[in-house]
Amino acid sequence: MNRRDFLQSAGALTVSFALPAWAQKLPGALERYPQLDAWLRIAADGRITVYTGKAELGQGIKTAILQVAAEQLAVEMKSIELITADTAQTPNEGYTAGSNSMKDSATAVMHAAAQAREILLGEAARRFGVSAESLTAQAGEVRAPDGRRIGYAALLEGKALSVRAAPQSKLIRTRNVMGKPISRVDIPAKVTGGAAYVQDLRLPDMLHARVVRPPSYGARLKSVAADSAARMPGVLKIVRDGNFLAVVAGREWQAVQALRELRARAAWDEPRKLPQDIYATLAKLRTEDIVIAPAQPAFAGKVFEAAYTRPYQLHGAIGPACAVARYEKDSLTIWSHAQGMYPLRGAIAELLGLPPERVRCVHMEGAGCYGHNGADDVAADAALIARAMPGRPIRVQWMREDEHAWEPYGPAMMTQVRAALDGSGNVGGWDYGVWSNTHSTRPARAGDLVAGQHVEKAFTPSPPRPLPLPDGGGDRNAIPYYKFPAARVTNHFIPEMPLRVSALRGLGAYMNVFSIESFMDELAAAANADPVEFRLRQLEDPRAREVIQLAAERFGWRSYRKQNGRGRGFAFARYKNHAGYCAVAMEVDAQRETGELRVLRVVAAAESGEAVNPDGIRNQIEGGILQSISWTTFEAAMWNDTRITSRDWSSYPILRFSHVPQTLEVQLIDRPGEPFLGTGEAAQGPTAGALANALAHATGVRVRDLPFNRARLKRAFAA
Amino acid sequence: MSKLDVNGRVHEVDADPATPLLYVLREQLGLNAAKFGCGLGQCGACVVIADGEAVYSCLTPISVLEGRKVRTLEGLGSAEKPGPLQRAFIEAQAAQCGYCIPGIMMRAQALLERNPNASEADIRAALQPHLCRCGTHVRILRAVARAGELMRGKS
Repeated sequence: MNRRDFLQSAGALTVSFALPAWAQKLPGALERYPQLDAWLRIAADGRITVYTGKAELGQGIKTAILQVAAEQLAVEMKSIELITADTAQTPNEGYTAGSNSMKDSATAVMHAAAQAREILLGEAARRFGVSAESLTAQAGEVRAPDGRRIGYAALLEGKALSVRAAPQSKLIRTRNVMGKPISRVDIPAKVTGGAAYVQDLRLPDMLHARVVRPPSYGARLKSVAADSAARMPGVLKIVRDGNFLAVVAGREWQAVQALRELRARAAWDEPRKLPQDIYATLAKLRTEDIVIAPAQPAFAGKVFEAAYTRPYQLHGAIGPACAVARYEKDSLTIWSHAQGMYPLRGAIAELLGLPPERVRCVHMEGAGCYGHNGADDVAADAALIARAMPGRPIRVQWMREDEHAWEPYGPAMMTQVRAALDGSGNVGGWDYGVWSNTHSTRPARAGDLVAGQHVEKAFTPSPPRPLPLPDGGGDRNAIPYYKFPAARVTNHFIPEMPLRVSALRGLGAYMNVFSIESFMDELAAAANADPVEFRLRQLEDPRAREVIQLAAERFGWRSYRKQNGRGRGFAFARYKNHAGYCAVAMEVDAQRETGELRVLRVVAAAESGEAVNPDGIRNQIEGGILQSISWTTFEAAMWNDTRITSRDWSSYPILRFSHVPQTLEVQLIDRPGEPFLGTGEAAQGPTAGALANALAHATGVRVRDLPFNRARLKRAFAA
Repeated sequence: MSKLDVNGRVHEVDADPATPLLYVLREQLGLNAAKFGCGLGQCGACVVIADGEAVYSCLTPISVLEGRKVRTLEGLGSAEKPGPLQRAFIEAQAAQCGYCIPGIMMRAQALLERNPNASEADIRAALQPHLCRCGTHVRILRAVARAGELMRGKS
């Protein structure tokens, strides 16, 4: 049977190819879900539905996926309904993470839509008795030169596109929708008070719950006098299971008040085991040493060394984690803003002792997450409480102190680097090591959820593991992208975790790029070379060179005149060494007396292959730069020997408008026809590197420990 | 029963007078825009306008709002008929996750009503109590400045 015979078979539409198509790799996530109707359906009434296993996180993925689908199907964006991550409806695309959504999901949807269009053209050609090449697809119908036309739905007659994807598609290159700065589809609701988030979900008979989290990691609930809370207005139930303690009320404010009362009546045993000097502690812990670049560098001539540190840093969502769960007839539905609906389903099914098919996880947006935060944990909280209140939807939102104290942080890290310059002033030998915990404790099992560790029959967390290259975890971007003659790189993976940690935007790339790019400037100075020129002469990839040259030119790097107290800095990375390119140039002002550091002006250049939505990419790069300025200037989690003490925004300050640069410019290079590369995390590392280098240029002081807050800079300037 | 004037309509509200406005807006009145962020007045996600002043709805009990006119983002327009500030935010695509945006917009609205000629420095200073974690600040500043133009009658 050939491709054009697909409508002749009875029932579902099936087709196979003369070539053994499955012998070749399929584009993007089609490799995992090769059936076109996993991604795309056209109903008998003409409605088009596109399915993605990825989730909108505020990064604009819904708009970009609608753009590729609309372009390739030759329909308007507004005629397509998009269903995002839902275990009852969409493919399992794991987590929406790693800047992979364009590469995996948008690529799959683009090819599925293009192949669907070709099938529709083929069927219309058969019916009209003309060649498919003479037909055009436009506005949801196929048109013939003689004026005959037929709608997509009429061609399909309500049948599904149960067709296995081909390795190659005939892609439309017109770029009527793709490549355009189309307005995001989610923004109008967000700026007018529409229901936009899981926080806004109101189901009939819904109740509100709050969890009384222990005051510290590992605390045990000795006793709780729940009577007074139970008698408070609106309180319907106190749920206790081991160290898991929660209260359910009819109204949200009643739940908050009862939480405060219950917390005051709970007595906990708290272990005093948090380490004080974190870097000394990490340095003593057992490591698994993985050599990821095995060269044996020679260290002839002058040898340079440096060591860098990065503290624990928070995701710090502005909206604390929230979920709604409903348990009825031994089935559970959860509405959640977590990044992986299928993995969450598995972990929660285990927590509740249900078969996974009895748990449905539906993604709804929350506040921006920037990685694995409390979203999964609050979903587990809601699940446990919903089971105790069958039939009633339960909405749980964490309080600010829950979010700050219990979210898994971006891990503290240490790096060390040693390098020699050769006779021509280039890097000869390079030896780099990174020390870090895992960068993912994302829930695979019930024991990975906070509630799973707090219930009476506590579940065991999954063993921590390093994430494999080429993406990597602590070692993401640890291998320099520069062409050094001999580079040795070792990932010193530390299994034991003193604080709870997981994936934070960019994972190890933030720290590794900060370290490598700081050291490149130190070496450039030693070689008496311009930092930009020093990078360019050791880079082969022409696309990397182009973003560097563009950022330097737009910044006015060559004509820069240094003023007292000010300085310029430059840094570059290709995210994961195989995703988006980003170069950042900036100017800072540093006050020696106060330790105050301000970024005045930033110019970035970025390239992510074909740009589906150039404004979406710019928005991600701008946001990444400002967030990284915040991490790099202000952020470090604090604790004492027992408790996390960063419990609100005064004890964990972040960027405010006073420290936003006066200008921020993003230059985008578009490469139509090239594969989509990830963008969302590309700016984090280069921004930190550029800031460190600008600080050094402004003051003559090289600071190698993050963050560059006033207290640290005052000490550094005084030294 | 408390009386609350929200977006020009008076509501009879059955809630403890000590209840912070935020919970009444979201739960009893079904309004989505004001958001819970910290409950401490540190982030600004809950900000609404009362008698022309930006207030933290997470900290303001409804008992002090009797006889005052409360306005929320819903009162500035709709997705179908956005007001000038909303148009400016859409035009500038000044949101990523958008969770902080309603509070920022209400602070900006209060500023622009007081001073439609607010400079960039005025806007920055006014928005200092607000946090945005996505790093959308530059677009927000552009959108508020543009809204000032729209309100002054420039198209």
